Amino acid sequence: MSDTAKLELKGVKKSFGPKKVLQGINLKINPGKSLVIIGGSGTGKSVMLKCVLGLIKPDEGSILIDGKESVGVSPNERDEIMRKFGMLFQGAALFDSMRVWENVAFGLIQGRGIDRRTAYDTAVEKLQSVGLDESVAQLFPAELSGGMQKRVGLARAVAANPEIIFFDEPTTGLDPIMADVINNLIVKSVKQLGATALSITHDLASARKIADDVAMIYQGKIIWQGPVSSLDKSGNEYVDQFIHGRAEGPITDDVKARA
Amino acid sequence: MVSDVKQDQAAKRSLLDGPLDFMERIGHTIMTFLSAIGRLSMFMLESVSHIFRPPFFPKLMVRQFMDIGYYSLPVVGMTALFTGMVLALQSYTGFARFNAESAIAGVVVLSVTRELAPVLAGLMVAGRVGASIAAEIGTMRVTEQIDALVTLSVNPFKYLIAPRVIAGTLTLPLLVLMGDVIGVYGGYIVSIHKLGFNPASYLTQTWNILEHMDVISGLVKAAAFGFIVSMMGCYHGFNSQRGAQGVGAATTNAVVSSSILILIFNYILTQVFFS
Repeated sequence: MSDTAKLELKGVKKSFGPKKVLQGINLKINPGKSLVIIGGSGTGKSVMLKCVLGLIKPDEGSILIDGKESVGVSPNERDEIMRKFGMLFQGAALFDSMRVWENVAFGLIQGRGIDRRTAYDTAVEKLQSVGLDESVAQLFPAELSGGMQKRVGLARAVAANPEIIFFDEPTTGLDPIMADVINNLIVKSVKQLGATALSITHDLASARKIADDVAMIYQGKIIWQGPVSSLDKSGNEYVDQFIHGRAEGPITDDVKARA
Repeated sequence: MVSDVKQDQAAKRSLLDGPLDFMERIGHTIMTFLSAIGRLSMFMLESVSHIFRPPFFPKLMVRQFMDIGYYSLPVVGMTALFTGMVLALQSYTGFARFNAESAIAGVVVLSVTRELAPVLAGLMVAGRVGASIAAEIGTMRVTEQIDALVTLSVNPFKYLIAPRVIAGTLTLPLLVLMGDVIGVYGGYIVSIHKLGFNPASYLTQTWNILEHMDVISGLVKAAAFGFIVSMMGCYHGFNSQRGAQGVGAATTNAVVSSSILILIFNYILTQVFFS
């Protein structure tokens, strides 16, 4: 296996006015691995993900994809980089004016110029791989339940066989059983594609299921990273408080000190 | 002694506080205004640059032509019809005092083609289409659909903005051309059936007074207003803040800013064409 990380962030910083959201993120994901980032609300998880996707430009630092710099590249180079990515959004972010199959096939038709017939077949195949039959293909997103929308979002994320897949809080808003179904589908999809996965979540059950490695982000920095098996014995009091969901601990003390 | 000096300094500070605060507020307002102009200019440049660069989305453009043009026709048509009718009635009331009733045909056709059709059509389309564009794109922004476009290798400027701006700029002149005909016809109906004018003489007077430039200037204005309405809708929707309140504010801002800009540019273009 190559030593080059699939995705690497070095000293990534981002501020919005006086608010420093990312304060020097360092992170490395090796090819084929699944890294889950945990952390409280407002700690910079989503901003970090948007920096990697090029939706937000970091103020400082470097983001390497397959060893190549992706910050400040030309629009054409950015398009090439984006072809490596798939993303499942927190609210699925399905296009509500399009049918389910058009959503799944959107990147194939508009982004890669594949003809509609072939794209339809691929969309139905991907929908079946996430447990939805062909009859769903003709529905509109508004006609689906939250769990089904997440499945369609997952099918869309993997439709173009991406090398790197991002999952933004994939189980938020779902009941525990549906959350576990989505977790299983994520594990299956990532394994089938041999993709590298980066997920952000609050849901510890989800993290334990889909992660090879876990990192915790706090106040815009990665404060701990390790294999999922060592999560319970991290030796980091911030991680301990977070994974046990305790009201008392260093995170709460910091909040009180800042107030 | 020391406390007297401190009191003096405090008194001076409080005297200066008011004017300084006022100056600070003015400075802040000017900076905010200039930065908004800068952001809008950058957005406009990026949008226009994508209009001329492939890939193009012809199906989306056709859909926008339908939404902006075809479905606005009843609103613009009704506005033009009743404006022409009221114009004929009001002109008659005034002109009858000077025995100048024969000027009504000219007043109606010039007012409608030069000013009323383009401005009223622009304002009606700003209310109908500008609001709808801002709400649609704003909702896409807050539900992360625009981010989803980017992750699927589709540029939102090409896919969302360019088709709307092209359709807005090209369809408003067509709407105004129809509005011209309908507005003049409204004046004709009232003049003939209510005011007792001779139909042939009314039409001859209308035709004789009308010049190419009257219609062309109205159509150029309409293209400018179509660009303004679609661009403002896209800009405010694209930069919508989170939540229902953000989308609501984007919609309101799109309608208000495009209406004001239409009135300002109407004056500027009138000055350019007729002074």
